This record gives sequence, structure tokens and C-alpha cells, in this order.
Amino acid sequence: MQRRRAAYRRRQSVRSVLIAAGSTAVLGTLLVVAVANSPGWPRVQQSFLDPAVAVESLPAVLRGLWLNVRLLVFCAVGALALGLAIALARTLRPAVFFPLRAAATSYTYVFRGAPLIIVLYLFTFGVPGLRLAGTPSVLVLGGCALVVTYGAYLAEVFRAGIEAVHPAQRAAARSLGLSHAQTMRHVVLPQAVRRVAPPLLNDLVALQKDVGLISLAGPIDAIRAAQIETATSYNFTPYVVAGVLFILLAIPLVAVTDWVTMRAARRQTWAGTA
Amino acid sequence: MVRSRQRAALVGTVAVLVTAVAGCSPQADDPPVDPPTPGPCNPQWLDTIVPRTLTVGTDQPAYPPWFVDDAPENGAGFESAVAYAVANQLGYEPDAVTWVRVPFNNAIAPGPKSFDIDINQFSITEERRAAVDFSSPYYDVTQAVIALEGSPAASVSTLAELREVKLGAQVGTTSYRAITEVIAPTAEPAVFNNNDDAKAALRNGTIDALVLDLPTAFYVTSAEIDDAKIVGQLAQPSGSPEQFGLVLDKGSPLTDCVSEAVDELRDNGTLAGLEAEWLAEVAGAPVLS
Repeated sequence: MQRRRAAYRRRQSVRSVLIAAGSTAVLGTLLVVAVANSPGWPRVQQSFLDPAVAVESLPAVLRGLWLNVRLLVFCAVGALALGLAIALARTLRPAVFFPLRAAATSYTYVFRGAPLIIVLYLFTFGVPGLRLAGTPSVLVLGGCALVVTYGAYLAEVFRAGIEAVHPAQRAAARSLGLSHAQTMRHVVLPQAVRRVAPPLLNDLVALQKDVGLISLAGPIDAIRAAQIETATSYNFTPYVVAGVLFILLAIPLVAVTDWVTMRAARRQTWAGTA
Repeated sequence: MVRSRQRAALVGTVAVLVTAVAGCSPQADDPPVDPPTPGPCNPQWLDTIVPRTLTVGTDQPAYPPWFVDDAPENGAGFESAVAYAVANQLGYEPDAVTWVRVPFNNAIAPGPKSFDIDINQFSITEERRAAVDFSSPYYDVTQAVIALEGSPAASVSTLAELREVKLGAQVGTTSYRAITEVIAPTAEPAVFNNNDDAKAALRNGTIDALVLDLPTAFYVTSAEIDDAKIVGQLAQPSGSPEQFGLVLDKGSPLTDCVSEAVDELRDNGTLAGLEAEWLAEVAGAPVLS
């Protein structure tokens, strides 16, 4: 009986996989036929998918991508630290901390609202314009703009996580004699961070794409490198090359996000059924 | 009824012929004698986007000395004047010329174009010919280096010294190519979205020197950044000289006519006259070698 049931289920799943594959193939073929038969296809193909141009532009785009990667690492660390600090400041209850709370709140309001490009302009063109001694390079200034902007997003994510931890947890920790700081450190934050890990990683994927905007201040990132290649040949293939590289770069992060989300979901279901 | 329609058609044809003849009158001495042969290059036959109208594209903002007041319609500025001269040569009255704003990337993307011709300091290269048509060249360009007066970069006198300078240029320009191919600096050059950003970076000291085409360099140093000077001009990159051409859609039916018009304008001295009028000061900057 049980074995027959298993066999039936297997047949059903094989069948659904086949149907899915079939319909995907039909849709894919239709799409390819439609695109390839459009009158402009040969020129679009030549302009966007020229293998020779792709190979030629690859080294320059990769060099640019290296800048994106380095910047991503530094900005991600900075933004996570800043976001966490701001979120903690916003959750401080005592009245003495009102100024700090107010400052943290207005910071998240301002920098979540301000377009990143404008923040970048202000940091990379405005600050050097002051001509102060010891002004850091535009790369550092642009990195700061990214950290400040993304720190605001991440702060809100962290705060949501902190507030989602049930007050009973906090009360229990305090009644055990832990201080506010100890409660945060050992009880609240571990749960909060785990809960908001998927949206945090999601923001990091967004940051990965936005680090390239620093190119408006002069540095050559992957997309700017592709733009330069495009300008010399009037062929858009380098953009496609950069796009593919960005997707490849994002895949590990996206995969980790999915895995973390799935693990969290599974754990919650177990907790629910236990 | 039939008769009156025929008469209307006849009147229409005559009106068209008169307009066409009037358009070409400065060049054609005896137009009525040979109407069929010189046919294709006039508004009646040219296959433009809007019939009997020449749609000209350029970027926004459009900069001096190529355009004046970001208003290509006013006919002022070298490229605006060239566009109207070409239009006139083809037989379009000034009010049959309309302007559209086309960003750089759109002008060179495959697919339908919103312009008949685009004039926007497009340098002619063989690679680019794979994507668009170019008219005959209407201007020979050289690139120049500018720096803030009194800065170390301002006293540079050789290419070798220039290699040590932190340079910048606008993206997509041959100025950038001049940096990588003629100067080959030791540090990676900075690349900006437009010349306004590049000028700001020069003023801020983020870059030490900026590479621009020579007429723009003159305009920037004389009218925009008072304490900047032209350090010198750069030799042409190896191979053919750098020249600006009008951009047309790949395989455009207008290309030959537009090229003929540009050639004629060069031969009869019109282009030289416009150059003298709008780009007069462009001379005398030392060539760095």
C-alpha cells in the first residue's frame, strides 16, 4: 500500500516536471523565434552580442569590477556597523538619550529619502570643493556616501528585528539580572539579527549594484569601463558583458539569502509544531 | 469636378517645383533646364522622418562654442551654424529645420532614430562606422590639456611630464582616447559623466589637468574657469586625423546627399568662414611632444 502510494507520487512528480519542461521549451522557442525574426534582430545582435567585442572588452570590464568588489566589501562592513549602531540608538528608552534618539531618527529619515546620486555628488564634489587640508580621495568620500545612505536602510531593518523580539524575552533577561547592554548583546540581538538576515542580505545585493555609481566622481568601475569601450566601438556588447559579470557576482549572495530564508522558515515551522 | 482636381494637382506640382527651385537657387544657375537629373538631393525627394523637414539631433545641454545658450534653434555656435548651412545646401529653409535632443547612447543605438542627422562633436572612426553612417568631416579636431594657473600641472611642457599628472576627461570622448593613447599616464585617468563634472573636479583639485577638444578648452579657460590655462595641445593619435562628422542612421538614404552638401560647403569656403566666426581664437597653443 505504502509502496504503491510512493510509486504514484513519483509518477506524478515526473509527470509535472515533464509538463513544466515542455511548456518552458514551447515558450522559450516562441520567444526566440519572435525575437530572431524581428526585422531589427541582425543589427541588435551585432550591437549587443558580438563575441569579438565581448572578448576585447572583458579585461577592462574585469578591472572595473575589481573596484566594485573592493568597494562592496568595505561599504558593506561600514554600512552594517553604522546601521546597527543607529538602530541601537533608536531603541534606547531612557529620557536622557532623547537627543541621541532624535538624531538617529532624523538621520534615517534624511538618508533613506535622499537620492544616492545626490548624496554622492555632495560628498565627492562638495567636500573636496572646501579645499580642506587632508581631504581623503574621492574613492573614500564616495565610499562614505554609500555607507551613510545604506546605513540608513540597514538601521531600519535592524530596528524592525530588534522590535520583533518579544518583550517577554527582554523582561526575562532583565529579571535574571542582566543589564540593558547585556540583554541586547546576549538575548535580543542574536534573535533579531537572525530574523532579519534575509532583508539585510537583500540590501547588500542592492548595495553591490550601487557601488558603481561612484564612477560619477571619476573612478572607473565595471559599468563605466563598459561605457568607455562602447564609446570607442559604438557597440553595446560591453554592457552585456558587465551585466553578466554582475549577475555572476550576485549569485552567491542571492543563494545565501535564499538558504538563510529557507532555514529560518523551516526552524519556525518546527518551533510551531513542536 | 474631375477637372478642378486636376487643376489643383497641377497647381500643387508647380508650387512644389517653385519651392524646390527657390531652395537651390543660389547654386543652380539654370534650374528649369534639367529637373530630372539633380533630383535626389532636395527636400522633395529626400526620405526624411518628417517629409520636407530636416530633423537634426544634438545632446542636451549643448555646449559653447558649438552651440550658444543651449538653444540649437538660434543658429548661433559652430555646429548649429553648420547644421543650418547643410540644411540650406540641401534646400531646406531655416524654418524647415527642427531640433530634437538625443543623448549620446541613443544616437548610436540600433533601432529607429528620431533624427535625420545628428551633430554633436562625433569623431569619425572606422569602428564606429559599423554602427552608424558618418557624413564627410566638417571639422578637424585637436585635443588640448588645461590646468589651473599656478598648479604644477600648468607648467608642464612635455608629454613625459604630463604622464605623471592626474588627468581627467569626459566619458565617451576621444579626449579620453587621447589620454590613454597619446599620453599614456602612469595613474588611471578619472572619467566623468560630462564636462561640467570634469570642470568641477579640476576646480576641486580632484584632478590636476583636464583634456578637452581645443575649441572647448578655449571656451572653458576664457569664459568659465578664469584661473585655468591651456597647457598645450596634443598630437593626433596614430593613424588618421581626428575629424567630426554628422551622424546618420546606418544605411540612411540621406548619407550621400548630406556628404555632398558638406563637401560643397568645404569647397566653397563656407565651413572655413563659420570656423572663423565661431572658433576664431583656436590657434597658437603649443603642441606637447
